[in-house]
Amino acid sequence: MNYFVIGYYALLIGASCVAAQYGKRGAFMALFSLTLASFIMGIIGGENWLWTVTVGAGVVALAAGTAFSFREFLAIVLPREAAKAIRTAPLTASFGLFVIGTYAIAGIFAPIIAPHGEAEVIAQAFEPANEEMLLGADQLGRDMFSRLIYGARNTVGLALTATIAAFVMGAFAGMLAATIGGWFDNFMGRVADVIMSIPSLIFALLMLSIFGTNLTVLVIIVAIIYSPRVFRLTRAVAGNIVVMDYIEAAKLRGEGLWYLIRREILPNSTAPLIAEFGLEFCFVFLLVAGLSFLGLGIQPPTADWGSMVRENATLISFGEITPLIPAGAIALLTVSVNFVVDWMLYRSSGLKE
Amino acid sequence: MSDVLSIVLKRLGLGVITLFVISVLIFGAVEMLPGDIAEAVLGMGATEENVAAMREQLGLNQPAPVRYFDWLSGAVVGDFGVSLVTQTPVGEVIGPRFANTLFLATYAAAIAVPVAIFLGVVVALLRNTLFDRVANVLALTSISSPEFFLGYILILYLSVKTGMFPAIAKISGDMTFLELLQRTFLPALTMVLVVVAHMMRMTRAAIINLLSSPYIEMARLKGMPAWRVIIKHALPNAWAPIINVVALNLAYLITGVVLVEVVFVYPGIGQLLVDSVTKRDFTVVQACCLIFAATFILLNLAADVLAILTNPRLRYKK
Repeated sequence: MNYFVIGYYALLIGASCVAAQYGKRGAFMALFSLTLASFIMGIIGGENWLWTVTVGAGVVALAAGTAFSFREFLAIVLPREAAKAIRTAPLTASFGLFVIGTYAIAGIFAPIIAPHGEAEVIAQAFEPANEEMLLGADQLGRDMFSRLIYGARNTVGLALTATIAAFVMGAFAGMLAATIGGWFDNFMGRVADVIMSIPSLIFALLMLSIFGTNLTVLVIIVAIIYSPRVFRLTRAVAGNIVVMDYIEAAKLRGEGLWYLIRREILPNSTAPLIAEFGLEFCFVFLLVAGLSFLGLGIQPPTADWGSMVRENATLISFGEITPLIPAGAIALLTVSVNFVVDWMLYRSSGLKE
Repeated sequence: MSDVLSIVLKRLGLGVITLFVISVLIFGAVEMLPGDIAEAVLGMGATEENVAAMREQLGLNQPAPVRYFDWLSGAVVGDFGVSLVTQTPVGEVIGPRFANTLFLATYAAAIAVPVAIFLGVVVALLRNTLFDRVANVLALTSISSPEFFLGYILILYLSVKTGMFPAIAKISGDMTFLELLQRTFLPALTMVLVVVAHMMRMTRAAIINLLSSPYIEMARLKGMPAWRVIIKHALPNAWAPIINVVALNLAYLITGVVLVEVVFVYPGIGQLLVDSVTKRDFTVVQACCLIFAATFILLNLAADVLAILTNPRLRYKK
């Protein structure tokens, strides 16, 4: 028994009492069950496990604090309409926005932020962290931190390019199918069915084995794999729009197909498409990261999170967490995008009702 | 009943056609190689004679449709030709590995399905409470993490730091069943984490959807306790969506296994596929892809058929 353990339980029990006093049932139940769970964890794992819980709670509190302040910041900075929407956003959504913003800055200004070049060898292999290198060196003695920053540019950039390609293809085909209709619609629907019935990772592996690992090929393959999802959604959304009167009016005016898609259908189907873009990005990002992890994505020496995990995986058996950091970076971005998409879906469904 | 039968038959027919189209795609993809297999395999060392010899050996001189039907009729009985790299019959290599993969997927499913359905029902009952929100955030986090992230976290904490489970899922034939379960626990757990989150969210959505229907309101108004409402009224009607969710996630398990097998060096078909892709061993890649795609399609088909069969509205003629 030492001061840490005493303080730990005092804080938890005190907080539970405060929650109970102010009638916050959910918070009380959460805090008190954590107290009870801590008894068991303390007996099994000793002080270390309680430390882990403390650190975890600290991280959650820090994230919540960041999210809260960032939401306030956005609400002040943004114009009125957007500020109103931001104020009602849940903390998870503003946390997601914060993370996405951070990644964007890291990616865009990578050469300025990173202390070393992405392929620059500056130390011995697997040298531990020091003042020069925040996270130590990788398997060839390159700075992990710099590579992580450059990875934000390369990995996210590639995923973004592929998502945009998938999106443009899918959305265009979907609108075309909805506007033309008939046999074209049926044919595109069947093609989409076939592509969707092959598991995406398997399809990508098959194609990469044939065309070799090359970034252009990768983007095209990923775009083909994921465009059917966008195609279906756009077709459904656009299908509801083409039966509207103003489309009929535009047709009678003698407007062409291209005008109809660009000026009438597209502006009216942006809301669901933006949410879909976020979801699609998550899928593409995970697939691209998985492929690079398998050594089939971005090729060395370009810094890339998936291959960084694989190259440094041996460190895990020495109890180091360095290889987990790029993997965690992937997970963090995907979670953040999901949080924002969740909020957007909730908003659009709430506004409809 | 004939109504249901015709819908099911139609769906089965569609499934067979899809399988056929995909086998054409898988075969045709290799045909799209710049040059042909012989040139691609021999690469820089290709001379006129050995390319010709290889073409002869692989039967590349015959037209594509003939080779396709040869390949397909062989594949149906488990004969996928000869590996381009090791010269051994592909079927022999794949057979035991496919069994290993199925074992791993079944293991994961056996843990994941009960846990996910239980959690989904609990979360649906406690919806909009703190517990529900925390569970939702955790589920989203687990879905969003790449499999190798979860896998390495488990290796770090359950294997390296505490030594409870082996980090490398090496298995051999003479192990007891318990030993086998212990050896493959970490890869199975990784897949469980991903799949449980998916299934839990979908089960929650299905149950909440049901709980808002009028007959549940009625049962509650007549004073039935909440747990009985769930067991007697909600659950029987929820089976259809839940079965669908389970089948879809099993299909995911079969393919999600590729990354997990690589992380844990598990001798399954996913690892074989990745190795063959790097070695450009096309016959093995074709065979693995065909097996994965067929399993995926069959499970999706099963999901659709079960959904049709358990839908009470289709059971009676209008």
